[in-house]
Formats: sequence, structure tokens, C-alpha cells
Amino acid sequence: MNDLKNKQAELTEVENEVLTEAGAGEQDRLKFDTETCLEVKDLNLYYSRDKRALKDINLEIPRQRVTAFIGPSGCGKSSLLRCFNRMNDLVDDCIIEGAINLDGEDIYDKSVDVADLRRRVGMVFQKPNPFPKSIYENVAYGLRIQGINRKRTLDEVVESSLRSAALWDEVKDRLHDSALGMSGGQQQRLVIARTVAVQPEVLLLDEPASALDPISTLKIEELINELKEKYTIVIVTHNMQQAARVSDYTAFMYMGDMVEFDTTDNIFTNPAEKQTEDYITGRYG
Amino acid sequence: MNSQAENHSSHISKQFNVELEEVKKRMMEMGGAVEKQLADAMTSLTTADSRLGEKVMKEDDEIDTLEVSIDEECSLILARRQPAASDLRLVLAIIKTVRDLERIGDESSKIARMAVKLSEEGDFPEGFVEFRHLADKVTTMVNKALDAFARYDAEDALRVAQDDREVDNEYRSAMRSMITYMMEDQRYITRVLNILWALRALERIGDHAKNIAEHVIYLVKGTDIRHEKLEDIADQIVDAD
Repeated sequence: MNDLKNKQAELTEVENEVLTEAGAGEQDRLKFDTETCLEVKDLNLYYSRDKRALKDINLEIPRQRVTAFIGPSGCGKSSLLRCFNRMNDLVDDCIIEGAINLDGEDIYDKSVDVADLRRRVGMVFQKPNPFPKSIYENVAYGLRIQGINRKRTLDEVVESSLRSAALWDEVKDRLHDSALGMSGGQQQRLVIARTVAVQPEVLLLDEPASALDPISTLKIEELINELKEKYTIVIVTHNMQQAARVSDYTAFMYMGDMVEFDTTDNIFTNPAEKQTEDYITGRYG
Repeated sequence: MNSQAENHSSHISKQFNVELEEVKKRMMEMGGAVEKQLADAMTSLTTADSRLGEKVMKEDDEIDTLEVSIDEECSLILARRQPAASDLRLVLAIIKTVRDLERIGDESSKIARMAVKLSEEGDFPEGFVEFRHLADKVTTMVNKALDAFARYDAEDALRVAQDDREVDNEYRSAMRSMITYMMEDQRYITRVLNILWALRALERIGDHAKNIAEHVIYLVKGTDIRHEKLEDIADQIVDAD
């Protein structure tokens, strides 16, 4: 046992040296297998002077991976998600400090065209929101507002987008029917097709399956898995099992703080923080 | 570590608390039953008590039944609760521990069978000292491993895993003695072989106790330390604190 303790003391010493060299904070820096797509730096968000919804968030979101934000209601996960395509700009009195870099460029810089940013960073909401138009026109919409009207181009994009949203086989014979006649699950996949039609880099999904039945939910989850080959996906979900199933990385947020960010495998089998453990195992926090 | 044990009773869902507590309690009961089987098997061999040996063999069925029913409870918890983190590790550790306990029951049953055979073959004093010595060691290991489980004590569990080396060494030295006995008098080969099988069973029980200790370390620390060097494991365990 003494041997063990000596060895342990030696090891701690070596470890301390290594850590001092690397600098504090470096040791728990997460290693991604891909490059960073979105980088959040010292982000603070206030909905009013005394309501701070996000507190000093620092986070790197890896490219072409699925990152899930989990946490109880009001923890700030949706607020953070909305920062990524500046949806919070629409909220009066909302103040954002800090920076969010997309491919190394600050999206809150004055020179950024917000419409273009929202094309690059697409968003899908909890409730499917197709336009009251045909299935075809829903998908072609983004291209049309960019001034693309060539039928052949539109046909191609509509087909490939519907295919990547795993919807083509179900709707190819009724492309000109109203989108409102589709089931909820189909509508949600249509919205995803509409989003990918404009070739975004990032897909933000805010509770994309919480209004759907279990089978449609599984279809959306399967779709997320396929979409990550092309896109960086950030998903907010209340369903912890869903986060465990679909994501590669998970961030747990609580009261505006980023409590823990790690691989989904670690978060769900051996989280480092007690708060995370209590939340994902359903205990009193 | 105790805080983690108590934590199993702090779920929002009270029914989930009850289920986890219950399945853990049942595993401990099975552990107690297996310990008794092992003790009885040892007594039956050292005292040449064939009736006790028969009883141990018969009661092995009960251990098997316990294993199946605890496994079933665990699979129900997995299906209904989808446990995560320490809850998940608890359920997995129970499933694995129950399997090792069942094996310890099997090995005890083997020892009992050898006890019955030996008592039929008449008196033979050689080898009992080695047997008793090794038996005491593995009994302590099983006891400590279960104790470490109950108390979520990874450091005690590590000590159990380390003890297995001694058991292996003693087994090897006992085997050498048995070979010497056989070479000295060939008439005793069958009897010495029976003792040798019993010693072998003890050595396997030591391995299972070590496995249980590893499950405890997984449960408490979240690290799977199977197939790793004990020195490395020691570092990991003390590191994490």
C-alpha cells in the first residue's frame, strides 16, 4: 500500500508540472475530431437590465457533428441557440455582449448581412411552420427570394432537398398539393427540406420533434443522423434520451450557466458535474 | 462515497428509488446466500461431511433462480426508466455482479461435489491445510468485495483486486505440493486430484471476487478497469479524488 502511495505522490507531481506548463483551464479542454464551426466567447445576454439570461458562455461547436443543449426550462438553451442566427435581434431590449464566431468571423459584426447569416445558419422550430403554399413552392421559396427562378434548377434543388429530408418518396406524386395537408411529421421534414434547400452550413433545431408522435420523432432523429454528414447541427431538446440518441456532444445548461460540455457518451455515463448528474438522472437539483 | 449511495434515494420519481433500492437489496441478499454456500462447501470438504456437500449442491439451484430474477428486474428498470450516469452504472454493475455471484455459487457446488467424493474415498489428510488457507483468503475477498459494493468504496475494492495476486500465487504453490504428493504415492492420485479440483475452484472464486471489485470501481468511478494493470488502476482511483 505504501508503494502505491509513493507512486501516487510521484504521479501527482509530474501531473502538476504538466498542468502548470499547459496553463490553467487547458487540461479539461475538449478535443474534437473535427474543426470548430461556431465559437462562443464570453457571451452574456440580457433580456432587460436585471434579467441576465446567459452568463459568460464559452463554447466551441464542432463542424459536421450534432451538439445538443439540454437543461431545465428557462436555463437559457433556446436563448443561446437563437444567438447563432441572431434571432434575438428581434427581441426588444435584448442586449448581447461577447462574440460568436462562425468560421472565425464574428456574426455580430456590423458588416454582417443578417439575411445572409440566416441563410447560412438555418433554423427549425418546435411547431412545423410550412407556408400555405404547395410542397414544391415551400422548398423552392428560399431560392426564389434569392432571384433564382429557372425551372430546371428549382426542380433539381426541390428533389435533392426533399431527398435529403427523407421525404421525396412520400410526396413526389403530389408536389403541387398544399403543404398544410401533410401530417405533422411530414411538415417538420418539409421545413427541414426548405432549410437545406438554400445550402446552409449550420442547422439549428429547437425542439424539432417535441410536437411529433414517436414514429415521426424517430424519422426526424434518423434524418439528423444523415444530415450531419453535410451540416453542423445544434439541437435543443427537453427529451434527454433524444439528446443521448442523436448527439455527439452535449452541453448541460442551468440558470444561464454552461455547467458542463463534453462528449454525449461521457455526459450520459459519467458526467463530471454533480448538477449534470442530478439533472440527467432525474434527481432534485 | 456514501453520498453517492444515499443519492439513489433522491430521485423525483419515488417509485424509481424503490426499484433501485430493491434490486440492490436483492443482489446483497444473493451475495449473502452465495457466501453461505461457499462457507458450507468449505466445511463439507474439511470435515468430510457429505450430507452438507449434498445440501450445497442442491441449493445451487436457488442461487441460479435468484440470478435470473435479479437480471429480469434489471432489464425492466432499463426498459422502463432508461437510467443514466450513476443509475445506469448501478444497474450494469448489479447485472455483472450477479453473474459473478452465480459463478461463485457454481464453484462452491464443485467444491461440495469434491467433498462428497473425498468422503466416499476415505481419509486422506494431505492437502487440507493448503485448501483451508486458500479458502480463508477467497472467503475474505468475496466478503470484502460485497462490502465495498454496499459502501461504494472504490479503494477497498481495489485492495480486493490486489489480493487476487496472492491467491494466484498460493494456488500455484499449493498445486506444486499436490504434484509432490502424487509423485510420492501414486495410490493417492485420484484423491489428490479431487483436492486439486477444489483448489482450482477456490482460485476461480478469487477471480470472480476480483471481478466484483472491478464492477464496484466502475460503479463508483465510472472507469472500466478490466484488463488493466493494477498499478494503473490505483493511480486512476486516487487521481479522481
